[in-house]
Amino acid sequence: MSIEAVAAVRPADRAGRPMDAFRSNKLAALGLLLLASIMALAALAPLISWHDPAIQDVVHKLGRPSLSHIFGTDEFGRDIWARTIFGARVSLMIGFASTALAVLIGSCIGILAGWYGGRLDTFVMQVMDVLLAFPSLILGMIVVAMLGPSVSNIVLAIALTSIPPFARIARAPTIAIKSRDFVDACRSFGFSTPRILLGHVLPNIVAEILVMAALWLANAIRTEASLAFVGLGLKPPIATWGGMIREGFDNILDNPWLALVPGTAVLVVIFALNLLGDGLRDAVDPRLKDAT
Amino acid sequence: MSGAIGPHRVLSVAGLTTSFRSNRQWRPVVSDLSFHLDQRETLAIVGESGSGKSMTALSLMGLVTAANGRVEGEAVLNGRDLLKLFEPEMRKVRGNELAMIFQEPMTSLNPVMRIGAQIAESLHYHRGADWGAARIEALRLLDLVRIPDSGRRLDDYPHQFSGGMRQRVMIAMALACRPKLLIADEPTTALDVTVQAEILELMKELQREQGMALLFITHDMGVVAEIADRVLVMWRGNKVEEAPVRELFAAPQANYTRALIGAVPRLGAMRGEANPRRFTVIDPIDGRSVATEAETPPVTDTAPLLEVAQLTTRYPITSGILGQVSARVHAVENVSFSLRRGETLALVGESGCGKSTAGRTILRLIEPTSGVIRFDGQDIARLDQHQLKAIRPKLQMIFQDPYASLDPRQPVGRAITEPMRVHGMATAADAMDRAAAALVKVGLDPAMAQRLPHEFSGGQRQRIAIARALALGPKLIVADEAVSALDVSVKAQILNLMLDLQSEFGLSYLFISHDMAVVERFSHRVAVMYMGEIVEIGPRRAVIGNPQHPYTRRLLDAVPIADPSVRRRMRSRLAGQELPSPIRPPGYTPPERIWRTVDEGHFVQDVA
Repeated sequence: MSIEAVAAVRPADRAGRPMDAFRSNKLAALGLLLLASIMALAALAPLISWHDPAIQDVVHKLGRPSLSHIFGTDEFGRDIWARTIFGARVSLMIGFASTALAVLIGSCIGILAGWYGGRLDTFVMQVMDVLLAFPSLILGMIVVAMLGPSVSNIVLAIALTSIPPFARIARAPTIAIKSRDFVDACRSFGFSTPRILLGHVLPNIVAEILVMAALWLANAIRTEASLAFVGLGLKPPIATWGGMIREGFDNILDNPWLALVPGTAVLVVIFALNLLGDGLRDAVDPRLKDAT
Repeated sequence: MSGAIGPHRVLSVAGLTTSFRSNRQWRPVVSDLSFHLDQRETLAIVGESGSGKSMTALSLMGLVTAANGRVEGEAVLNGRDLLKLFEPEMRKVRGNELAMIFQEPMTSLNPVMRIGAQIAESLHYHRGADWGAARIEALRLLDLVRIPDSGRRLDDYPHQFSGGMRQRVMIAMALACRPKLLIADEPTTALDVTVQAEILELMKELQREQGMALLFITHDMGVVAEIADRVLVMWRGNKVEEAPVRELFAAPQANYTRALIGAVPRLGAMRGEANPRRFTVIDPIDGRSVATEAETPPVTDTAPLLEVAQLTTRYPITSGILGQVSARVHAVENVSFSLRRGETLALVGESGCGKSTAGRTILRLIEPTSGVIRFDGQDIARLDQHQLKAIRPKLQMIFQDPYASLDPRQPVGRAITEPMRVHGMATAADAMDRAAAALVKVGLDPAMAQRLPHEFSGGQRQRIAIARALALGPKLIVADEAVSALDVSVKAQILNLMLDLQSEFGLSYLFISHDMAVVERFSHRVAVMYMGEIVEIGPRRAVIGNPQHPYTRRLLDAVPIADPSVRRRMRSRLAGQELPSPIRPPGYTPPERIWRTVDEGHFVQDVA
């Protein structure tokens, strides 16, 4: 009753406008800005860097930061800055592709399991539980080790590890929405199941899935770096952040920037995505919005 | 009679103003409210949603959040101004001199605490009673609120009690420290009528015994007429009228009060009339009559549009790893009735009686176990998906909560056009025109079609839901508690709209409701459901005027009548009676029922 009374006073706030809440969240805006700058650097990499990331220059190997190589060179004399921004392309591309794949497959599985329920639901979610039981890095390593370290295989491996959380995040609200009257109303109009699922269930859960996607994108980028670090990344001389950290690790005491620069890049991207995800969640979830 | 005015003033409130801050502005939700309460007196605060009645209670309890709320004025309880007390002092007053009962007995008890301990906690805290003594007192309180077998139930958890029993426990907790003032905020709104009658009776009797003052907050004029000594009517945060209950009902002064009372159906007022009657709607501001009472034309068709025969819906309850059926819920059991074109059949009963399941089964939203649903010459129960889709536009449904029945992310215009498009009934432009026409028909501006459901009020949303159903050109509308969630005045307008649409388009309604007074006003025929079965069916005049089945009588007897001059004597049933559940073992065969004809078209199930 009291909630209704307050709602009557400020009717516009009741459902809220997620984008307004998002705009007023400064940390989320910072996250978005960071992510956008890194994406811009990755996209414009050939224009920004005057070194080719793959060209070796053994004379200038392990060079300290200088005007010509602002972050120095690695043990083959390659420019660290060039390798970092070209590495961003690989990391972001694998991250986005694998998360997109996981969102697509995971949401479909979750929505269908939640909608049909019963044995299908039990079976599918048990499979998801088994997948979840493996640490994602181990699962990724198994897949890459079996299929070989190509871009598509790494995307596949990371996607496989992120399907279960998306299935779960899609399933729970689907079950809640299934019992809402408007779904019964849709059925009473004779709508087909695909129409109800795509036209009425999906739009109501897409926000929650997107929030999850932002947070899992960070996870995917970290998993890619971890795979590269344990040697299951793309083959050299392609620059990847995880691979650079691995190579730099051998000289970490004498030339710390070798590992620190790509390490910082990973950190910044994950930090930005977490800020963004938290901001999105606050914007989407009215309960959290009121609390802040 | 509990109305003898005691010599002691318990509470006097002056200039109470509660405001909330939003968008850097203080907006009052209660403005300059003054009233008083004496010992043994019951003051009812009546109003619709957003009137500020609940906020008044929360302000008195000191439960308005300080972060964005502000309470001004004066509220003197036993010589102390509650609004000037600091939180530690207020805590000593709350639950001790001043207690409150809330609407939802399900959520206001702690689910992981035994009820004996919950009651004892208050005694321990306020009175310093040791736990042993507090427990003995808790037992006495459970007896006081007439909970059967109290000694054993003391160690039960809240979920082991029914809704009515939980509300009794809440009352016991509130009374633990013998408060001077009890605030009850819609304490019976979530309960069934028969349970509501028991709780109201209990509260009246407890007030007599304990001598406390009662501040009763409700939207239900029937309950007001039943329990109040004086009534305070609130509208948009302001007091519009305050009067002794008989005066208020006999000669309401304020326009808003007249509008409110005009919109409330009184059970028994339709004696002798065969057809539904429209409601008087009075404009709350200038007091002009917007709609007048009028009887609707009689039903002329004789051939049934819908014939339901031996309809049965059962849910299996499975247990164990193998999912064996351990019991079945006989939600709808052997239900038969027919409905003519332009006729309204009301399906009445209390929660869990199967009336909603019956309605949804007829639309095949739930699959029937067996039976025939003959609609327009086709048996709906036997149609395949394709045939079912073809017949869907003719059978529509209106739901209780219009907000839940509209997709929150879909603009209302599209919500209305989508079904037409799916059925290929109209092209895109044509569908928009028809949606606009439907919106006009239900009294809305077609320019609102771009808005989302949350931008409308409850009554407007229900109009949208009706427009959406109407746009498909239905013959039968199943209205499942379609007006139950609406405010009184809005309810009257929606019912008028439905009556108008019925006479214009010859619609048939299957009107599912628990509200007997509305049913009497709105329907041609009535079927009473109890534990999944129809126990009595017939013309409304006969069933309500001459009820034959004991359950029908009990149901009618429990309905509070919005007229204090016919306030009934104390009822005999104070002790709680639980509604039995229709869960049966797997092999159960329901007994053969014998029907007795009372009058033409009026049948009653013989009690075994």
